[in-house]
Order: sequence, then C-alpha cells, then structure tokens
Amino acid sequence: MSFNKSWKEMEIGAVVKGGSGLLYKTGNWRSEKPIIDYTKCINCLICWALCPDSAILRKGNKVEVNYDYCKGCGICANECPTKAINMEKEEV
Amino acid sequence: MTLEYKPITKLSDLPEENLFTSGHRLCAGCGPAIVARLTLLATQEKPIVVNATGCLEVGSTLYPYSSWKVPWVHVTFENAAAVASGIVEALNKLASEGKTKEAPVIAIGGDGGTFDIGIQAISGALERGHKFLYICYDNEAYQNTGIQRSGATPFGAATTTSPAGRVIPGKQERKKDLIGIVLGHHIPYAATATIAYYRDYINKVRKALSYNGPTFIHVLAPCTLGWRYDPSKTVEISRLAVETKFFPIYEVENGSLKINFRVPKPKPVEEYLKTQGRFAHLFKPENRHLIEEIQKNVDENWARLERIEKAGPIF
Ligand code: SF4
Ligand code: SF4
Repeated sequence: MSFNKSWKEMEIGAVVKGGSGLLYKTGNWRSEKPIIDYTKCINCLICWALCPDSAILRKGNKVEVNYDYCKGCGICANECPTKAINMEKEEV
Repeated sequence: MTLEYKPITKLSDLPEENLFTSGHRLCAGCGPAIVARLTLLATQEKPIVVNATGCLEVGSTLYPYSSWKVPWVHVTFENAAAVASGIVEALNKLASEGKTKEAPVIAIGGDGGTFDIGIQAISGALERGHKFLYICYDNEAYQNTGIQRSGATPFGAATTTSPAGRVIPGKQERKKDLIGIVLGHHIPYAATATIAYYRDYINKVRKALSYNGPTFIHVLAPCTLGWRYDPSKTVEISRLAVETKFFPIYEVENGSLKINFRVPKPKPVEEYLKTQGRFAHLFKPENRHLIEEIQKNVDENWARLERIEKAGPIF
C-alpha cells in the first residue's frame, strides 16, 4: 500500500486488506492515559467489550491497555465496576 | 444462512479476537465504534458486512486502511439493503452449486442512511424477504458531515440545521418510529438496543441471525461530538436513555412485542437531557415547558408499547 500511486494504478473497487487499520496508530490522540490497578481488577471484561478502539486486550486472565491505539476517551474508567482504572494526564 | 441461537451469559463466552480492529479514525469515545465492535464479537460465523455511507464507514475505512477483518463492502448512502439483498441471493445460488460456503449477511447504516436516505431500499429488501440482518446505529443526526438533523433527531435537539436560538428551540419535529415502519413489513424479528446493555445487544444480534427472514435491530449509539458531552460518558448516557424511558429497549418476535427492560423506577427525562449540550437551551426558563412536553411524549410512547405488548401479536 502506498500513497504514491496514481488513480490509474489503483485496484478496481479500491480493495484494501481487512484489518489494515492496525497499520495506523492512534495513541498520539491521547491527552489522558488509563492505568489499570490490578489489585482492584476482577477481570470482568467490561472495559474490553466497551472500548471503542479495541485498545483493551485479553491476555490470559488479565486485561491490558494497548497504548499504541488507546485514544484516552475514558469510557473504560467510567464503566469499570470496581473503579480499577484511573485516567492520568499524559506526559508530553 | 441461519445460525443456531446461542445466547451468551458472560463476556468471557465471547471470542478474544478483535474483528473490528484498532487504528480507525472515529472520534475518541465513539458510540457507533462500540456498536461495530460488539456486532463482530457477537456473530458466531464471520459475516459479510455491507456498510452504507456514514460516520462508521468514513471513520473505519480511510483508504488504504480498513478496520474490518471480515468481507466488507461500502455502498452509497441509499442502497446498503439493496446490495445486501444481492449478496444474499448470489451466495444462495453459489452455495447451492457448491461453489462457495454460506455466510451471514449484515447491512449496517447510520440513522441518515436508514431513517432517511436508505428507507426505500430497506423497505424493498424487507418486503422481498431476503435472509439478512439490518442494523441501524442511531447517533441521531448526520454527525460526520457537520451535525445536520435527520429523521432520527429527537424533538428539541439542537443541530446545525435545527439550531436553538431566537427563531426555534431546536428540532421541531418528533423522531420517526423506525421499528413501527419495519414492522409494517411483517418481518419475523425486530428489536431496539443500546450499547450500555451490551449483553442484550449481543444476544439480539445472535437471535436475529437465527431467524429465517429479514431481521432488524435499531441500536442507539451516542455521539460525543454532536450530542456535546464528555467522551467518557458515551455508555453512561446510553444507559440513562433507557433508565428515563427515553429510549425503550424491546423486541418483536413474530409480531409479539416484549419490553426487555421494564424500568421500575424511571428517572425523570431531565436527567437524560441535562447530560448533553444539544439540549442545554431547553433549561432556559422560556423553554422549560418543552421538557414537560418531552416527558409527556416519553410517557405516552411507553404506554403505547405496553398496550401493544398486552394486546398480543400484531400480525
Ligand atoms: S472493567 Fe475494571 S474490573 Fe473489569 S476487567 Fe476492566 S479493569 Fe478489570
Ligand atoms: S481510554 Fe478509551 S480508548 Fe483508551 S482503553 Fe479506555 S476505552 Fe479504550
């Protein structure tokens, strides 16, 4: 994939690879960063299900924030039933 | 393709893989992104997705990127349901000849692509009876083109084409009864849902895909930009919409309506309205009576649903 193609060289129908969205990182949109306190987390997966950016990953019995993509919306912190997630100012 | 209905009881019943990937350019805290994510977590077989123009399509597939790890096609605003019909019939033919395997087909459109621009193709597809699921993610205006009102924008909401000011206090017309319209096509399954009740939504997607006929889900998906609230509140606001009876959650199976959340102690509709900048003008003294009007409409709508539920099958 390249932006240097002219329209004549593009595939008909503009076909792109499914899941190629991952090549574009959105983590730098963030001004606040979710931090999970694992002493409070009960692994209920609510944050995983509701993150609009699929930026919470299930790793074995644990959830982890993928900061490459997290936009810092704070939905995970707002919805966590045990208040295990804190939003902290992003350092610049 | 008809799938067996297997409801989930807990989130760990779902597959781990994200078929709707990170890296999309939808706003931080986007409600429609949560709809897309939950939809692909819900489907037991990889679906073919047909996406009408709208926030979700624009934000998730900026060329040359796509966040959809399933076969996905973008079609113009008006004809997602028509293209889905064609895919369903082509798949049927090819599968009967052993040339391909079957797959569930899901058309997804925003409120603009559903309530307004796509309604004709939807009506045609529902009437012809193609076996597919149509999902309308409703963020209640044409948000990505600059917050223009749609047939789904609620009464009193300010948008750029129904601005609140000296002339009018926000949109003057009421939201269309979308489920009422689709039920006019005698389809076997239609439901409303919202992202705060994620288990309900996931199971509704699964149930809809188990029916042999066109099915329809109308899912409320708050928009941080157009509704004007803090992005962290997307799910909370969708919950308040249900707790105030502003957006009732129900399903209609073979003509029988069932309210899924009865809301024993409803909150006043003000509790919902006050969370969003698009309704802020309603709290000025001269507009206060409009809140009463909205409350009256909400109560009447609820009473209407209860009457239909009690009366038994409507077709
Ligand atoms: S919502 Fe909270 S308790 Fe649940 S998995 Fe996420 S961090 Fe853990
Ligand atoms: S802050 Fe938002 S984007 Fe980041 S992990 Fe939480 S829900 Fe996902």
